[in-house]
Amino acid sequence: MDFTFSEDELLFRETIQRFLHTEASPETLRDIWSGDKDASTLLSLISEQGLSALSVPEEQGGLAMGDVAWSLMTQELGYHAIPDPLANSAYVATGLLNALDDSVSQKAEMLERICAGDLGFAIGHECSPLVADADTAHTLFMQQDDEIHILGAIDVQTVPNASIDFSRRLSQITWNATASTSTVSGETGKKIWSETFNRGAISIAGQLLGLAQRMLDLSVEYSLQRKQFGKEIGSFQAVKHQLADVAGKIEIAKPVLYRAACSLENHHPLSDIHISQARNFCSEAALLAARIGIQVHGAMGYTWEVDLQMYVKRAWALNNTWGDTIMHRARVQDYVLNSDIDLAPSKIFEAV
Amino acid sequence: MKLQFSPEQDLFRLEVRQWLAANVPKQKLPTYDTKEGFELHRQWEHKLFEAGFSMVMWPKEYGGRGCDLIDWLIFEEEYYGAGAPGRVNQNGQLLLGSTLLDFGTPEQKAHFLPRMASSEDMWAQAWSEPNAGSDMANISSKATLDGDHYVINGQKTWSTRAIYADWAFGLFRSQPGSERHHGLSFLLVPLNTEGVTIRPIKALDGEEAFAEIFFDDVKVPITNRIGDDGKGWHVAMATAGFERGLLLRSPARFQQPARRLVQLYRDNKAASDRDPAIGVAVSKCWADAEAYALSAYNTVGRVSNGEKIGAESSLNKIFWSELDLLISQTAMDILGLTGELLGSATLAHEHAYWLDAFLFAQAGPIYAGTNEIQRNIVAERMLGLPKK
Repeated sequence: MDFTFSEDELLFRETIQRFLHTEASPETLRDIWSGDKDASTLLSLISEQGLSALSVPEEQGGLAMGDVAWSLMTQELGYHAIPDPLANSAYVATGLLNALDDSVSQKAEMLERICAGDLGFAIGHECSPLVADADTAHTLFMQQDDEIHILGAIDVQTVPNASIDFSRRLSQITWNATASTSTVSGETGKKIWSETFNRGAISIAGQLLGLAQRMLDLSVEYSLQRKQFGKEIGSFQAVKHQLADVAGKIEIAKPVLYRAACSLENHHPLSDIHISQARNFCSEAALLAARIGIQVHGAMGYTWEVDLQMYVKRAWALNNTWGDTIMHRARVQDYVLNSDIDLAPSKIFEAV
Repeated sequence: MKLQFSPEQDLFRLEVRQWLAANVPKQKLPTYDTKEGFELHRQWEHKLFEAGFSMVMWPKEYGGRGCDLIDWLIFEEEYYGAGAPGRVNQNGQLLLGSTLLDFGTPEQKAHFLPRMASSEDMWAQAWSEPNAGSDMANISSKATLDGDHYVINGQKTWSTRAIYADWAFGLFRSQPGSERHHGLSFLLVPLNTEGVTIRPIKALDGEEAFAEIFFDDVKVPITNRIGDDGKGWHVAMATAGFERGLLLRSPARFQQPARRLVQLYRDNKAASDRDPAIGVAVSKCWADAEAYALSAYNTVGRVSNGEKIGAESSLNKIFWSELDLLISQTAMDILGLTGELLGSATLAHEHAYWLDAFLFAQAGPIYAGTNEIQRNIVAERMLGLPKK
């Protein structure tokens, strides 16, 4: 029983953390949101730190780390509200590619490209009619039932759908499934899509948790600056207790996220449930952090001016990505309520 | 990260499971808040001790088994899973025990710990006073040093099961003129000493579950002091809050009721589903209890890597006490009109297990430091918000 991260995993997190702290400031993010700057410059810089190589196999020059390591990285991506292509290409698409048979043409080449920082891979899953960054992607992995179709930009037509998170580029997409685009099908395809969905979902969970922490930090900071009745509003119990509750939601979500990551990495038979549990806890933390964050910022919380708004909106947007909240709650509820599985305390890590 | 038990851990679990299966009383013991129930629970504790299962994580020389915290969690999972009796000496074993291990002299440890493990000595805590509840540093009971002993005068309250206990431990003001958390000493007091008067207080369920203790020129030898004179606050607070919190309320203590709640729901599915909110609550209770368990395993790992756990233990306390309320409230909702029935009633469900749980859950957000105080601790020590 070892519920701790390796030194490599912790060290890598620290490196990324430090890098994002200087390079992905709220000012930079604002420029991306307003359209003054393209996200690709920032994303390339982050990839150069080795993040896009994290789970690429060693044969393609990567670091061959897994979902457990990513559960720390996605929190950092969330904390700094890093736009979608990074997690989607470097984490989720890499996972999909890793699951493909080596005989799939261009598999190795695509992994090498991701490893080198190419983030132009988009994924269209049936859980949503919208595909993030489909308009700029050069390669799209599209689901049709159990089939995985690999398409080029030329094979799809996209219609942009604007999100409240201005860093997101969502598109409705039209494409044709043909025998030549279909790469995998049947049981293999089904298994890969299920794993890819789970990986997408846990990527969101980690980002939501990072966002929650950022919103809490911003709110604490604000409550120490803003004075009313002659003292910092953070000294009032009514404010303190609300922020303490956010801290509570964040802390309890962490081990649930890490267990889910470990299950996914090790193909645990209950991965689906563990990942939805993680999503539920991370989602609760993010939604409460957003609500309390706005409350603690007072009227300023309802403005475009405070940085908080970007993290709040991203949390709201991601909350229903890669499976909506109802789907993830229902998946856990169905397991608890409708099975005849004995939920004894001793079975916490055991496969049923 | 490897979330699997080792073969040794599995073996230990099996050993505990088999022993409990053979020894846990088939008939539920009467509540330990009555004289009869208290004695029966003391006998059970003795049986546990004889088998080496009383205090598994204490060193062997003090009556323990020398297990680590993971083994302790495994033990608890099995213990609650088997429906074994509540730990009647928990205030001594789980709260004072850690303090003695950290701060006791070799003589104190050798004398008190084995007797505590076997429940030959039963312990009550004596922290609160009428004017020192959440504001515990406002303690005014005095311990006046007189040669080789202290003379204690004052009053303590909310002492759990003190009318049946043999000993009490608590903080007393030993340095005249001292204020707040300075000048307090941590003393162990035999409750059969002359000058000690114990008056029971009836709890919400009607049982004499706690008591007031009056001290009238009570003589206590200075060898009964833990730590230095005047340093009692430090002694009381220093033992890692995480560990004490975990020992007092291990995750299995909530996972087991959550499992029972799921069963209660499944057995009454049609009636419960008249309101979909019931299924939602049941599912949440189970997931929350499991999250608390995951958090415990995670924290144990961090502690063994040398990390210090501070105000997080306050978050744990808030979490489990609120969870306990939700579990029992949801059960009461499902039981509906039989929920109010006492154990003696013919239509009572499982001898009023849920009514008892529901009543006791009301105390959770109050004892061991109110949740308001815990939230202050989190805000001030974890988030760095100002004290005033």
